[in-house]
Amino acid sequence: MNEHQQTLWEFMHQQADKLGMQTLQHIGLTFISLFIAVLIGLPLGIYITRKKQLSGFVLGIAGILQTIPSIALLGFMIPVLGIGAKPAIVALLLYALLPIIRNTYTGITGVDAAVKEAAIAMGMSKWQVLFKVELPLAMPVILAGIRTATVINVGVATLASYIAAGGLGEFIFGGISLNNTNMILAGAIPAALLAIIFDFLLSLVQKLNFKKIKGAVKIAPVLLILLSCLYFIPSAYGGKLTAGFTPEFMGRQDGNLGLISKYGLKIHTIVISDAVMYKAAQEKELDVISGYSTDGRLKAYNLVVLDDDKKIFPPYYAAPVVREDALRKFPELEKTLNLLSGMINDSIMTELNYKTDYLHQTPERVAKDFLMAKKLFKPDRGGNGGTVRIGSKIFGEQYILASMYTMLIKGYTNYNVATKTGLGGTKIVFDAMTNDQIDVYPEYTGTGLLAILQAPAKTVTTLQVNKDSTYSYVQREFLKRYQIKWLKPIGFNNAYALMMRQKQANELHIKTISDLKGFLENK
Amino acid sequence: MIKVERLVKAFGTTKAVNDISFEVNEGENMVLLGTSGCGKTTTLKMLNRLIEPDSGTIYIDKKNIFEQPPELLRRGIGYVLQNNGLFPHYTVAENIAVVPNLLKWDKAKTQKRINELLEKLHLTKDHLTAYPNELSGGQQQRIGLARALVADPPVLLMDEPFGALDNVTRSKIHGEFKALDELKRKTIIMVTHDVQEAFELADRIALMDKGKIVQIGSPAELLFNPVNSFVSGFLQEQRLQLEFKTIKLIDIWEHLPDSGKKTSTSLLSAQLGVWEALENFKFYPKENLNIINQQNKEVKSATFDQLMAAFSQYKNQQPHE
Ligand SMILES: Nc1ncnc2c1ncn2[C@@H]1O[C@H](COP(=O)(O)OP(=O)(O)OP(=O)(O)O)[C@@H](O)[C@H]1O
Ligand SMILES: [Mg+2]
Repeated sequence: MNEHQQTLWEFMHQQADKLGMQTLQHIGLTFISLFIAVLIGLPLGIYITRKKQLSGFVLGIAGILQTIPSIALLGFMIPVLGIGAKPAIVALLLYALLPIIRNTYTGITGVDAAVKEAAIAMGMSKWQVLFKVELPLAMPVILAGIRTATVINVGVATLASYIAAGGLGEFIFGGISLNNTNMILAGAIPAALLAIIFDFLLSLVQKLNFKKIKGAVKIAPVLLILLSCLYFIPSAYGGKLTAGFTPEFMGRQDGNLGLISKYGLKIHTIVISDAVMYKAAQEKELDVISGYSTDGRLKAYNLVVLDDDKKIFPPYYAAPVVREDALRKFPELEKTLNLLSGMINDSIMTELNYKTDYLHQTPERVAKDFLMAKKLFKPDRGGNGGTVRIGSKIFGEQYILASMYTMLIKGYTNYNVATKTGLGGTKIVFDAMTNDQIDVYPEYTGTGLLAILQAPAKTVTTLQVNKDSTYSYVQREFLKRYQIKWLKPIGFNNAYALMMRQKQANELHIKTISDLKGFLENK
Repeated sequence: MIKVERLVKAFGTTKAVNDISFEVNEGENMVLLGTSGCGKTTTLKMLNRLIEPDSGTIYIDKKNIFEQPPELLRRGIGYVLQNNGLFPHYTVAENIAVVPNLLKWDKAKTQKRINELLEKLHLTKDHLTAYPNELSGGQQQRIGLARALVADPPVLLMDEPFGALDNVTRSKIHGEFKALDELKRKTIIMVTHDVQEAFELADRIALMDKGKIVQIGSPAELLFNPVNSFVSGFLQEQRLQLEFKTIKLIDIWEHLPDSGKKTSTSLLSAQLGVWEALENFKFYPKENLNIINQQNKEVKSATFDQLMAAFSQYKNQQPHE
């Protein structure tokens, strides 16, 4: 693929500074939140052993907190705590609570009743019973809870990068978006090692006998605080404006790299996930974000697209990509998928996205309404002449398109459909396709060119002039390399765009990216 | 020393302890005896306020225990549990030192006292650094006793202290228990459901049933003057053995033959029970035991048959229910 295939080792070596920094942030995040979780969970666990009627309630709440998907929990935090370290720590701490509270509770209630009674009968006060008998005897169980919480935290802390809190997730999710295996591994391997090492160290502490545990328990808080200090909050929010870019955008020539080289844009930038970026912009946590020109949230959150006056964002025409062997197996398929070609332009797509993202209509309903309006909808024929597998990436537009294709195939052919939607980023869905897990999914020409084919910079520049040349290039290369066919474009162009809150853009008189640069330099 | 008045404790609808009163004299060993669930443990635990009664009063050393802070009260009362309740995370030495540490004794004093107890309870210094789970059941029970005795409390409460031990170990510890001079000075309330144990160790027995004391008295009183058929029924099964244990040689003195023959060198004390005298027979023909009555220095001699005859004559004189 590349002229020079970089090894993992070379990548890590080259990025050593960043890697070290991310690792320290990761450890710091893990232990700050763990430390606070112990400060809250231990007393709470003890308290519910005294007030047993509360135990079900408290453990229930902690259990529910843990079932909230991490990304959703991080999303909930933004309106309250903004982005960055604070919400990440709070989210991690909420995850760590359950094992700590639960094990404190079971540990203490598990202490032999006769031993407790003996302690009381000797004349110990309530506190003496707690500190001299109950806690020491429950300590192995409590430590097991802290151990579980640590491992959970190391894992969940990778997600902290979604809300600009740093950590090894920056490499992992950046790598997934950019289809860069080295980058993924450079984040994932240290994260896994951290989990294994901490788990091992804590298992040693757990095995110490009672005598030594007394000492270990005394140094534990000191150690926790020291480890927590590794995380200096990656803020240093200088500058006038703050930009939030997705990890994918950060690493792309037609993204942040282009902004720097072509525009010379210098803006304080943090890395954040697509899922929370728009919300953070609306909440005024971020001023400039990288988004997609057809995103429904543009309309929902009152954002404006800045004009790309130097044309660094190539057009991203959407079209279904299909495995060649699937086209042979399902002769009707190509014709059916092409029914949609030319039907959806930019404003229609933005409108459809708005309906799912903001009005919270289901993608199925939006798809059906659209097909009905265009008189394309036909009822399900309930066919069973083989099953077409449709995939999609994990955002609304792709869900809608996948639904439309599902309805068309079911209505116009005798094939059945299995959908595998929500397949993360480009790398995941594309790997699923090359590994024969799906037959069709909607892809964008620009993504095909840059993320999948990883075309050399020179090719990219020559192709960018014309949208049709990009399309024919990816079509040719996909067939040659992967035996995957690009069908006719659907019509809309979902390109990268920089956007700001409408109100702020008006106030600052920023209409183009060059205006933005001018404003930032004019201090 | 201990005075209990009209004690009541109910758990929900079950009256675990239903209006009981009794007194225990200083230095006396009172045994609470009864079937499972009759309220023995509940009664005992109210004495050191592990359980608070619904009503009733308890005086220890003429002081109302409910007017004292429970922690302070408990530090002055030894407590031995059935399964010893030793702290598994403490060494033997630390276990014994719990109460001295609560009382803020200095190290040297605690150490001296521990050494003293070790010797009396037949434990060695090697045991001090061991953890409870490294000791045998009998040894653990001795540590439990040492822990209760270490601060020399005037009152000792014991809940089935020997319940978890096998028969051989138990009778051995019974022997040590009776010989231990530390215990002779103490007022002891001991719970058991083992009739033999009660008769062996008690000065007086309170026989309980369904939360009430049915009869309180010396072993002999319970055996020979039962207040009702519950009491005699309770003792019926092991009656003969109990009688051998309860009746002393001095009791049957007048029925023994008047003989001054001193064939054997050893003399048995007339204070011993008939049971122990019988245990001294080696069972060869015409064997004699010589018994000395300490009061008048009279010595009598009896064969096995003569002893048994005297025993049954004595029993025939006792009132029957
Ligand atoms: N904490 C408690 N809650 C409810 N009921 C109890 C409680 N403790 C004791 N009881 C009940 O009170 C009654 C007396 O119990 P207690 O433990 O005093 O009996 P015991 O004479 O010591 O019996 P055992 O010889 O089996 O130890 C029993 O019916 C028992 O079920
Ligand atoms: Mg009991």
